[in-house]
Amino acid sequence: MLHRREWVYGWLFLSPALLFLFAFTHYPALNTIISSFFSTPKGRRPAKFIGPENYQTLLQDEVFWKVLENNFWFAVGTIPISVALALAMALWVNSQLKGKTMARVAYFAPTVLPLIAVANIWLFFYTPGFGLIDQLRSGLFGLPAINLLGNPDTVLGAMIVVAIWKEAGFFMIFYLAALQSIPPVLKEAADIEGAGNFYYLRKVVIPLLMPTTLFVSVNAVINSFRLVDHIFVMTEGGPDNASSLLLFYIYETAFQYWQTGYAATLTVVMLLLLSVLAIGQFFLFDRKIHYR
Amino acid sequence: MQTNITRPKWHHPGRRLMPDFDTVLNTFAMWVLAFLWALPLLYAIWTAFHPAAYETRFVLTAPLTLDNFVKAWEAAPFARYFFNTVILVTLILICQFILCTLAAFAFARFKFPGSSILFTLVLLQLLVMPDILIVENYKTIRALGLVDTIVAIGLPYIASGFGIFLLRQTFMTIPKELDEAARVEGASFLSLLWNVYIPLAKPTYLAYGLVSVSHHWNNFLWPLIITNSVETRPVTVGLSVFSAIDAGLEWSVINAATLMTSGPLLIAFLLFQRQFVQSFMRAGIR
Repeated sequence: MLHRREWVYGWLFLSPALLFLFAFTHYPALNTIISSFFSTPKGRRPAKFIGPENYQTLLQDEVFWKVLENNFWFAVGTIPISVALALAMALWVNSQLKGKTMARVAYFAPTVLPLIAVANIWLFFYTPGFGLIDQLRSGLFGLPAINLLGNPDTVLGAMIVVAIWKEAGFFMIFYLAALQSIPPVLKEAADIEGAGNFYYLRKVVIPLLMPTTLFVSVNAVINSFRLVDHIFVMTEGGPDNASSLLLFYIYETAFQYWQTGYAATLTVVMLLLLSVLAIGQFFLFDRKIHYR
Repeated sequence: MQTNITRPKWHHPGRRLMPDFDTVLNTFAMWVLAFLWALPLLYAIWTAFHPAAYETRFVLTAPLTLDNFVKAWEAAPFARYFFNTVILVTLILICQFILCTLAAFAFARFKFPGSSILFTLVLLQLLVMPDILIVENYKTIRALGLVDTIVAIGLPYIASGFGIFLLRQTFMTIPKELDEAARVEGASFLSLLWNVYIPLAKPTYLAYGLVSVSHHWNNFLWPLIITNSVETRPVTVGLSVFSAIDAGLEWSVINAATLMTSGPLLIAFLLFQRQFVQSFMRAGIR
């Protein structure tokens, strides 16, 4: 009797959340896959089944490959550095060093800012001839003005710097939480054994932080696909798509060229990449985590 | 308790008084990085509070001014944008609290067939976020006739997998004896939830609330897609529209607008930075 009641109540309590969850996450995810096999509806002409045609277009779409490559380099450039910096920040902020409270504020503040505001601030830095970077270059070294955002070779690097600045402080929080859960006894034991700070860090702290590193890395990968706001302000994907990322290209395809069928195909690629990366990272880190 | 362990001989007690090389180096590096990290923001603050002539001239005697803020405020309907954002984050937060609380309670306390599969489906949202499903969600919102409304900005986010997960973890730590006692007294599930579970989970609500508000205050892509009028635009979209105008706006004015839009969160963060950091930490522990 009671079990039956729990059954009903369980579903009753769950249903409002599930309704919205399915409507805006699971249904659209599945529908993306279906839409990717259909043409884009135009005016009175409804979408019609075209099989793998969108995928053939995809394979021949140079912009798609360019954007994918950008996203790869963006992730490679952003993730290791921001995770490493986050660890360093957390170790410092968690120590007894002078001024650690100020440092914590400085590290974490960019996390609170909207990415769109961050982009505005950095855009000013990068403005050729006038921005702070060029002012320093000409003022201190007498170098000519450079257009970091206007050059296909440097634009992605400039974006990576912005992303690292925005994200490292956020990841620091997770390391900080993990560091505070390490029992102080371990440090005492290490001191008694005469182990140096660096040895203790390398052999005790970093292995213990492995689950956090996994968690932070998965988040960093997702973020490298999810965060594209800064592109709208800084470059709009240019020059020559050199700074465009996959989600930005999806946005352009769907809401500027109104090719929703093809945009769905691009989204399928995004979904696939996210799943593969998440699974892959899990297995990659799995062995090292059991170290403890 | 004082440790009575005798220190090894090479560990001379006097060494503790002098900061060793290691500490000096670490302090120095920490400060350099903190300075680098603070620089962009300090610079934006500098330009926003000084006349345009001092944008790249750093002299301490530069006159302070609020003109840039006044100009920005007058050049675009920021009051309306702020109003929209406040409505938006409040709406999302209330709906998230209600939906996530009910769902988390169901997962934490009821045994019913399919609960583990459903929970996996909830967790799936941590990977496949509504942020990347913009094409299909736009179709849904259009079919509902809700394009260009504040409700439409919030709808995809109100059933938050993260919120459900976080609250479920908290609810699971509440001892079952407590609700059995309440059940014996004939309390309904809803009053049990209201009188026992929610009060005990207050820190989690605070943590989740801060994370949610700052996330949705800062959200940009989806609001950009789904809104196209002053009456619905949140501040982030308003800011991007404002700074995209080719009216030859001065940088100091744009920076003032930028600071203005992030101002409330930034001030809240500076005032309550310990709580902020702890909330994010609490929300991050899994």
